[in-house]
Amino acid sequence: MIKNLVFQCFDAFFLLAFSPLVIGIIRKTKARFLLKQGPSLLQPYYDLMKLFRKEVTLPDSASWLFKATPYVVFTFSWLAASLVPTFSTNLLFSKTADLIAIVALLGTARFFLSLAALDAGTSFGGLGSSRESLIASLAEPAMIMIIFTIALVAKSTDLSAISTFMISGQAGLRVSLWLALASLVLVAIAENGRIPVDNPATHLELTMIHEAMILEYSGKYLALLEVASQLKIVLYLSLVAAVFFPFGMSTMGSGISSFFIGLFTYIAKIGLGASMLGFFEILVAKMRLFKIPNFLGAAFMLALLATVLLFVSRSL
Amino acid sequence: MNHNLYFDITHMLAGSMLLVSFVLLYQDRMFSLLNVYTVHALVLAAAAAWQGFVQQAPHLYATAVIALVFKAIAIPLTLRWLIVKLAIHREIEKVVGSGISVIAGFFLTALSITVMMKASGGTDPMTREDLSFALAVVLIGLLMMAGRRNAISQVVGFMSMENGLILAAVGAKGMPLVVEISVAFSVLVALIVIGIFLFRIRERFDVVDIRGLEKSGGER
Repeated sequence: MIKNLVFQCFDAFFLLAFSPLVIGIIRKTKARFLLKQGPSLLQPYYDLMKLFRKEVTLPDSASWLFKATPYVVFTFSWLAASLVPTFSTNLLFSKTADLIAIVALLGTARFFLSLAALDAGTSFGGLGSSRESLIASLAEPAMIMIIFTIALVAKSTDLSAISTFMISGQAGLRVSLWLALASLVLVAIAENGRIPVDNPATHLELTMIHEAMILEYSGKYLALLEVASQLKIVLYLSLVAAVFFPFGMSTMGSGISSFFIGLFTYIAKIGLGASMLGFFEILVAKMRLFKIPNFLGAAFMLALLATVLLFVSRSL
Repeated sequence: MNHNLYFDITHMLAGSMLLVSFVLLYQDRMFSLLNVYTVHALVLAAAAAWQGFVQQAPHLYATAVIALVFKAIAIPLTLRWLIVKLAIHREIEKVVGSGISVIAGFFLTALSITVMMKASGGTDPMTREDLSFALAVVLIGLLMMAGRRNAISQVVGFMSMENGLILAAVGAKGMPLVVEISVAFSVLVALIVIGIFLFRIRERFDVVDIRGLEKSGGER
């Protein structure tokens, strides 16, 4: 029990420390493929340290909600990220919350962020929050369908059980899982505001979504929100790794060597995923805002098709 | 386990065909439509070859080769040549938006699965599977023909419909090779006829050009 708690805490703090590096990897990959030197891999850490030292300026019109939101968003994102099995299955928290709970946590965080963006009373905040709601209302049905598909295959919504099932190789060669993977990647891109949907690197008022919502934040509040969004990227990468590529994961209670193997394969998997994300981002251009429903419609279509195919093969 | 793997691969190939049908429905550029159609034909060839292996029926390999040579190579190249030759507008005009047609495609898929599951009870699971997906592919091809104004994309819809028929045929045991070959050739003939029609339509368009209408001013 105590050992399990220690591992769970290690997992949570490891994610917290690791997630800025993932952003660094994505940026470095993008820069390298554009034949630029790019900032150092540690640059996100420096940025966060700088933000934590800066003074906070608050809009006059902001209420308590504006100050509370960064803590809420950060806590919920961190909690959700530590619920996903990373290097090991059957950690302490994994019994308390399943995949649907993780989606609910992220949804709550998003709800608060949208409220806070409206709270400041600027036009950009309102714009960002309405756009974010548009994306969320389209991405969440797709996510729920993905969860249905995975849960139908693994007969559980518990992520540890899903990973264990996938490691055991009983899933076989199912087209539904490939469709669910493709759909999950699309949803993850939209949810994290990566390039075809939102460009995290610009503050161009016509296109920004996430940046528009956090435009009024500064200092430590901005730093907390930045960490939260970094944790969210790591969460989705770990989710893909845990459900679809769970090899090398250790189980709670096995030896220390399997723990290290699990940790190193996890870091390798996330690093690879981050570089693939960076590579994908230089290949595509940001799409128009009104194209996003089509993009997420494709994700929903894939997930629905996955469920239908699964239903057919089950009913035979 | 072995049988299970066979079933999984059949399921995957048939499911991929359905997926590619949806992707076809979703396209709004002419050349990407042709590329996706090529993928459609390639998946069909793979499905036919796989069925040939599973059923140990060598003539299905012939079907696969026909699909590969005619449908994945000859037809897309011809259509591409037609597009370039006729300088057709590269964007596809749709009667309804891609979102609505994809949703309609889903209803058709659900319909065909429901119908086929009821109709083909008691037969081999692989056959049932292939049949239900094949019907869905056929119906989506029909939907594509109904939902597009452009002649080339209607041709692609027609060809994908025919691919669905072949998928049904390779899944159901015992389709003679003669039928297979004659179907393939009739599709080629259809392509030629459609090609000639396209040229005729083009000629007619040149006569009733929109500029000619502007010049006459119309009657009010």
